[in-house]
Amino acid sequence: MSASSTRPTAAGESPSTLTPAQKFLRDAATKSADLVHREIIRKNMDSYDAAHMRGRARIKDWEAARRRCQEIKREAINHLDKYLLQFEQKVLERGGHVFWAATGDEACAYIKDLAVSRGVKTVVKSKSMVTEEMHLAPVLEEQGIRVWETDLGEFIVQLRNEAPYHIVTPAMHLNRQQIRDLFREKLGEDIADADPQKLVALARRKLREAFFAAEMGISGANFLVADSGAVAISTNEGNGRLSTSLPRIHVAVTGIEKVIPRLEDLGTLWPVLATSGTGQPITTYGTLAGGPRRLGEADGPEEFHVVLLDNGRSSLLANAEEREVLHCIRCGACLNICPVYRNIGGHTYNTTYPGPIGSVLTPHLRGREFQHLSYASSLCGACTSVCPVNINLHHHLLHNRRDFTSAGGAKSGERTQFKLWRMAMLHPRLFALGGWMMRRSLRLLYGMGLAGTALDPLRAWSRKRTPVPLPSQSFRSRWKKDLGRNSGGNE
Amino acid sequence: MARKVSLFVPCFVDQLQPEVAVDTVKVLRRIGCEADFPADQTCCGQPAFNSGFWDEARPCAERFLHVFKDAETIVCPSGSCTTMVRVFYPELMASGALHDEALALGKRTFELSEFLVKVMGVTDVGAAFPHTVTYHASCHGLRELKLRDEPLRLLRGVKGLKLVDMLRSDECCGFGGTFATKFESISVAMGESKADSVAVTGAEYVTAIDPSCLMHVQGILGRRKDRARAIHLASILASEA
Repeated sequence: MSASSTRPTAAGESPSTLTPAQKFLRDAATKSADLVHREIIRKNMDSYDAAHMRGRARIKDWEAARRRCQEIKREAINHLDKYLLQFEQKVLERGGHVFWAATGDEACAYIKDLAVSRGVKTVVKSKSMVTEEMHLAPVLEEQGIRVWETDLGEFIVQLRNEAPYHIVTPAMHLNRQQIRDLFREKLGEDIADADPQKLVALARRKLREAFFAAEMGISGANFLVADSGAVAISTNEGNGRLSTSLPRIHVAVTGIEKVIPRLEDLGTLWPVLATSGTGQPITTYGTLAGGPRRLGEADGPEEFHVVLLDNGRSSLLANAEEREVLHCIRCGACLNICPVYRNIGGHTYNTTYPGPIGSVLTPHLRGREFQHLSYASSLCGACTSVCPVNINLHHHLLHNRRDFTSAGGAKSGERTQFKLWRMAMLHPRLFALGGWMMRRSLRLLYGMGLAGTALDPLRAWSRKRTPVPLPSQSFRSRWKKDLGRNSGGNE
Repeated sequence: MARKVSLFVPCFVDQLQPEVAVDTVKVLRRIGCEADFPADQTCCGQPAFNSGFWDEARPCAERFLHVFKDAETIVCPSGSCTTMVRVFYPELMASGALHDEALALGKRTFELSEFLVKVMGVTDVGAAFPHTVTYHASCHGLRELKLRDEPLRLLRGVKGLKLVDMLRSDECCGFGGTFATKFESISVAMGESKADSVAVTGAEYVTAIDPSCLMHVQGILGRRKDRARAIHLASILASEA
């Protein structure tokens, strides 16, 4: 197999010179017209929707559970300093190491140096979006270290040299025939009937070899439990447990916002995360790792490291209005329900975190170049309605837009447009006149069959939709003429 | 005494879909309300607000407050524009002197179906519409104003109307204001998904409480030459035998 070092990062190096916004528009146009893609995603999302609703029905009071999770995360985020230090203290007491990384590069360097100094040749990774965010795998591969993704979906996208399509189900965009072809090409075995069980068995056999060879296991963390100094990891395939207990060294890498106050908080967070992520009552394997193997223990690593990544999170923390974005538990529910995500797919975002949470977060973490994502939403609010920690996602998109615009970010053409618009809206006569002129001229234009052409100022509308209706009279003129009389009607 | 109602007619309804407002007037008068149209109104400011131009939107909001200062009850045939007033004006004016006034204004501004069912307690407005109709739950009405059953109750009260359920009826149609033109391809794809959902029902009409969604859906249906047509709830309610 090839764990190639050319695997593109989530940043998606493109040979072209397009800006991220231009690239987004181009890829969105391609993907949203791709009917095969639309069908695969619709099918997968339909089955997720059904499982999600069944899962929610299992919880007696879903809204109360959401509120509880929101409270837990709010408490943690508002006292991040206290809980992170408590977590660190507990880990140190048990003989573990904690590294505080301000940036992704710092985190990568720490792990690379650790791997090199311990003579690591093979690394097994269980799923971690934070390692995608900091582009860890290529850094290790440059040192000649072989990196294996052990989550089945991640394993598949790694074989394809792709970034994850989705934060929970990285290979959601592929069907089993495509996976069969991939395995035949990269693993040299042909599962002719593309039977899912046989495909899984093949991947499992390959991955077992990696688990036994690896000297280092790298995991993410779903939660950092402050009062017990434990890293909580949820997986469905058991790969998290193998990655953290078989290799000599376990490195857990995660964002500072993942801390929660108490072990008992998992009693609410675990089932809510599972329900929102996949519709399961609880994820199959819940792993708690808290330090190196102690005397008399049967298994566990000799060394235990936790890397706590900031990478822009603390500046979000400093922003009281946007802080709750850090409450996110990365369940993926907002991606699944988002009609934009469903049509353009995960890769089009060109970010580590796609979908609504990514559109809110990425402009904060990676700056203005990604501000177009704040606008790439119809503001339908479906994301907010499913978020298990009640993040007001679509209102945060509005805040991002406001902050971008008031910092002078909008294009000058749009600024002028809205200045003129404001003038018209403040003067009813100007508004009525402008409306009348627009309707008349468009009627003339459309009468000549020019709708949707380069001459049509509304072509972005009428290229792919029938033109807007252009009545000869506005409501206000009809009201003035006759409608306004007989107020009170037929009583 | 007749209940006095001030009409809040969204700017694009005034200019592009006046029949929606005409039908709103018909329905209101039929149930015995006295309708008034403050002629100085223009736009609530939502296009600027949603685009991030809050400083451009704020004077519109202030103006709106002024125009409707004396209105007892304000009724609007759009969930989205009602949302702008009720949900976003208080945020837009959070730090200003008009914040309380904005809050109070929001409490007396109602979307049409909300006004009919919740305020007037009417579910049968004496309409007849002998057609198959499916209902699209517009996002702002559903998620910001929490209007789920009100339009459906009104539709069930219409004589001869056969209501058929739409799969994913609460999935966005893809309009989203300037989103529809800034992100044309995504918006159209979303509209096509919605048109697919409409087609599956076999309904003659798709209705909703938001004229903008309907304009978008009609734009897609029309281009595809689909059988179904988009019609505003007010126009169904205004129809008589």
